[in-house]
Amino acid sequence: MKPSLALSLATASLWHRRRILLLVTLTLTLSVSLLLGVQYLRTEVRQSFNSAVSGTDLIIGARSGELNLLLYSVFHIGHATNNLGWNSFQELAGDDRIDWLIPLSLGDSYRGHRVVGTDRRFLDYYQYGDDQPLQLVKGQWFSDVFEVVLGAQVARTLGHRTGDEIVLSHGGGRTSFVKHDQHPFRVSGVLAATGTPVDRGVYVSLEGLEAIHIGWEAGVPAPGRTLSADAARIRELTPDTITAALAGIKRPILTFQVQRDINQYAGEPLSAILPGVALAQLWQVLGQFELLLMGITAFVVVISLTGLVTVLLTLQTHRHQEIAVLRANGASPSLIASLYLLECTGLAVTATALATGLWYLALLAVAPWLLDTFGLAINLRPLTGVESLLLLSVPLAGLVVGAIPAIKAWRLGNRPSGWAAE
Amino acid sequence: MIIKTTNLCWQWPRQTARLRFPDISLPAGEHLFIHGPSGSGKTTLLSLLSGLNRATLGSIRVHGQDLARLSGSARDRLRADRTGVIFQQFNLVPYLSALDNVTLPCRLSRHRRQQAGDPADAARQLMTALGLPMETFTRKAPELSTGQQQRVAAARALIGAPPLILADEPTSALDVVNRDRFVALLLEQAARTGSSVVFVSHDPALASHFGNHLELLTETETEANP
Repeated sequence: MKPSLALSLATASLWHRRRILLLVTLTLTLSVSLLLGVQYLRTEVRQSFNSAVSGTDLIIGARSGELNLLLYSVFHIGHATNNLGWNSFQELAGDDRIDWLIPLSLGDSYRGHRVVGTDRRFLDYYQYGDDQPLQLVKGQWFSDVFEVVLGAQVARTLGHRTGDEIVLSHGGGRTSFVKHDQHPFRVSGVLAATGTPVDRGVYVSLEGLEAIHIGWEAGVPAPGRTLSADAARIRELTPDTITAALAGIKRPILTFQVQRDINQYAGEPLSAILPGVALAQLWQVLGQFELLLMGITAFVVVISLTGLVTVLLTLQTHRHQEIAVLRANGASPSLIASLYLLECTGLAVTATALATGLWYLALLAVAPWLLDTFGLAINLRPLTGVESLLLLSVPLAGLVVGAIPAIKAWRLGNRPSGWAAE
Repeated sequence: MIIKTTNLCWQWPRQTARLRFPDISLPAGEHLFIHGPSGSGKTTLLSLLSGLNRATLGSIRVHGQDLARLSGSARDRLRADRTGVIFQQFNLVPYLSALDNVTLPCRLSRHRRQQAGDPADAARQLMTALGLPMETFTRKAPELSTGQQQRVAAARALIGAPPLILADEPTSALDVVNRDRFVALLLEQAARTGSSVVFVSHDPALASHFGNHLELLTETETEANP
């Protein structure tokens, strides 16, 4: 067999049949794009979730499931079933084993973004990604009761700058009909982009959250009982409860001991979770669905490859004369078989290359929308080993399914009457 | 002898009918005209002489080699190196240009390539000698007329000066004028390269071009040697 001749003939043959093969290649391209996309997004979503919080040893909240506590406190998904008493928080803050404690108070929103009541410790101790601290790109951390710091995405998408005044909405929904319009907040600073849920947060002081809710009953302000901004500034505004707290433990070895103590806390029923363990639990739950999704996608690729082979087999019935000419001129059955293998593999390689390009183009177009809509930071990066292997498996699968017409052609070449097909 | 067959028989797999062919002894450089009715085994005989099929019974020596003793790949190699082939129709690889079709044997055989010297140049000379206009050289098979396709096939069979050319009713789709012209050109070029031509046709009018004749009758009958 002559590999260069086989390659040259296969290329010419594919080009000659390009119109027929275009559609089947397009189908395969789309299915491979889907396969790559699912794996790429899977990796990115995991990366995005894993990098959302780092350096935090424990997440503390009212007694609830680990996943629920993780999701509402860090990812702003879902709601707390109960609150954590401020006294308990203070008591924990006094624990010698705990290095730092960040209070988080959730509930309100601003144009679909969660409002997070916290304090300076959030800026000082919260870390994301590879233990990276938060930074302000504009202005400063809030110092007044009615000042607010915006996450990078909130500032970018809503076009806010420092000095702007914003009005928070009561409740955590995307749409709210009750606003805290008596107490506008002034933007004092904007956080640097992190690619985490922090970017989608609106950060105010615990006192600020407390102030705007004084005089509210059953979710609406009671006439004449609310405070003016100036009155709020001089009033003691310590909250009774907060939603959760993030904790850093002085010595990692003490983490489990502190966790156990919090889980057995006598003052109120609390839960302390390890973020890494909760995330692992999340992936365990999602893993089954991911596997199912990958299976479905792989099945789509197999169907596309089957379509490709069907087309090649159909074309084969029109190629008897061409094969006869090649055989009569001395081409071996293995050369004829290799043409089919090369053509099928060549189409799979073309589809894989097109799919990779298509995926990156789609990513360029969709990534900003994913970030804005779902807060998912999908990075444009080289393919991982697993993704490359997945892509490599497509031409290999093409080689395997190409063996069907190749074996058929080889048998045709070997059987009696290899002369001109008449 | 370039071809020598004795008691040659062919039987299709899973069929009881057997073709028995007359013995052939063809000296190198001489031509043989084979004619006979449909079903008499003309094409089958060519496939046996080319080494594509193995004889069921009898001895067949081509280019001095006993084809029965050669493996399939050795017969493929022998055919690529030393035999040119022209079919009745659909002679060309559709996705190759006329020029590439002519040089195809040189890509399949180092021996033919060496014999041709510069394959592309040799192909152009042969195509010109066979009366093909230069603008047809780069055209693909579907863009050529039947007559042009047959001449391209003839050029392909002749390139690299193979000692034997097997032509299976190459003129059946041509009119009388073009038929005679084609045969004359083929034999003229074969004479230049010293190739023997085994020409199969059901048309006895062509017999006069050839020095040796073989008539095939029915499936089980034999006829005289050439």
